[in-house]
Amino acid sequence: MSLETESGMAETSALEVESVSKSFRARRKTMQALDNVSLKVRRGEFVCLVGPSGCGKSTLLNIVAGLERPDQGNVLADGKPITRAGADRMMMFQESALFPWLDVLGNVMFGLRLCAGLNGKKRREVAMDYLKLVGLEPFMHANIHELSGGMKQRVALARSLAPNPRMLLMDEPFAALDAMTREQLYGDIQEIWSQRKKTILFVTHNVREAVCLGDRVVLFSPHPGRIQEQFEIDLPRPRDINSVDLAKHATTIMRSLKRILRPELQEVAE
Amino acid sequence: MKRSQNAILFFLFVTGVWELCARLGMWSPVLFPSPVEIGRYLIESVRDRTLIEASSVTLKRLLIGYAAGLVVGVPLGLLTARFKFVQDTFGTAALGLQTLPSVCWVPLSLIWFGQSEFAMIFVVIMGSVWSVSLATSAGVQSVPPIFVRAAQTMGSEGLHTWMRVILPASLPYIVTGMKQGWAFAWRSLMAAEIYVTVLTGFGLGHLLHYGRELQAMDAVVGIMLVIVVIGLLADKILFSPVERFLHRRWGTGED
Ligand SMILES: Nc1ncnc2c1ncn2[C@@H]1O[C@H](COP(=O)(O)OP(=O)(O)OP(=O)(O)O)[C@@H](O)[C@H]1O
Ligand SMILES: [Mg+2]
Repeated sequence: MSLETESGMAETSALEVESVSKSFRARRKTMQALDNVSLKVRRGEFVCLVGPSGCGKSTLLNIVAGLERPDQGNVLADGKPITRAGADRMMMFQESALFPWLDVLGNVMFGLRLCAGLNGKKRREVAMDYLKLVGLEPFMHANIHELSGGMKQRVALARSLAPNPRMLLMDEPFAALDAMTREQLYGDIQEIWSQRKKTILFVTHNVREAVCLGDRVVLFSPHPGRIQEQFEIDLPRPRDINSVDLAKHATTIMRSLKRILRPELQEVAE
Repeated sequence: MKRSQNAILFFLFVTGVWELCARLGMWSPVLFPSPVEIGRYLIESVRDRTLIEASSVTLKRLLIGYAAGLVVGVPLGLLTARFKFVQDTFGTAALGLQTLPSVCWVPLSLIWFGQSEFAMIFVVIMGSVWSVSLATSAGVQSVPPIFVRAAQTMGSEGLHTWMRVILPASLPYIVTGMKQGWAFAWRSLMAAEIYVTVLTGFGLGHLLHYGRELQAMDAVVGIMLVIVVIGLLADKILFSPVERFLHRRWGTGED
């Protein structure tokens, strides 16, 4: 890539969400999933989205992925409007969504096969590189059902990274894992992020996780889904999830989150 | 190994008891032929090629008809799952026709196509196509949407998604439907062959029919055995490899 395009891209944000609204109709009731949400993400920024259940985090991610369309508003990736799903914005889900009819290598190759301009040998090389990166090279021919939950998410990560997307969209990717595995993956993802300069949008319920990973934590409030507050996290990296500084940041965010939840709790109590 | 040993021992035992009963003359040999007589018939009819020709005639009808059933049934199932209109029209028709015992196609097929080779093939097609198509569409509808979404974010769309994601994801269902379709096709073909003489070729069913006309019990039982063996072989050759693949990949069942 030439210097010119590099600097040209630096001017536009990696992602611009401009007053996006989205509602769903379910059983005669309209559900306002997102209400006038705006968000700018710099290139190479790691943004974590947190908020109570049902506040539209997944909906926003789906819209950015191009899997759903907003009712109103614009979404621009690298300055261009998003019209459909594409390999430059790779999505990772809570369940690994690995394909059971392919083995591990086949799964990692799936996205690569859709990349033009790579021959079979090159694709295999790239896939092996990413399997190495997540430490699963010895399992290249394993079947998906033979992997543990943590291994599955690692394969899913390799599968998402292999086609070299500019942006990673991760929807609670580690939620179903045990604490130990999760902590390992925090290390992995931070390393990959800093080495490969990805822009990451990361949804989680775990505030500590958000503070550990994000440059910025965006707090959503539900009914209708809105951005409530944003927190810049300026802690040095690599971060340890158990550190005291990190806990302080987390406490501040937790307090805001509780404030959002309280009115709801009172409603329930009544 | 142990299991096939058990099977062999069991069948040797049954054959032994059978031979013994026949030797003791408990029933008339016309009604109760001994295994040795049946074996003699089988060797004889292999030697004069009647059995081999009949088997190949039957298998040819079955394989051509079944292949056509798949070629029509799988795309029909995909279309049914994809388009609401096809679902409401052909889908409903398939649902109804699948409940029709496939033997019931024999009279219609004979009136339409006469006593011809195609009449037989048509019966096989009708026996298999509905099961295959229904299973395919059920399979497609059972594909977790997250697979499709994951594929889309990797840049898959349109036909690629159908061929590389939805079709393989529904494979377990499709194979079940294929097996059922095979069973229906096989049964209805046998019924058709016993029921009517087609001059273009004598299949196993005809042989069975003539065995009855000639009161040749050794031939009747011998051909029945051949039919059983063909059924088992078909299962081993056509379906076992696919099923093993499914079990291995999906981690279902154990072998
Ligand atoms: N396909 C859909 N059909 C109908 N309603 C939907 C659909 N998708 C989301 N919603 C509604 O939109 C709202 C936001 O959903 P969304 O999944 O984005 O929330 P979330 O923040 O990801 O929640 P969670 O943290 O529980 O995953 C919810 O109230 C949900 O009921
Ligand atoms: Mg969600």
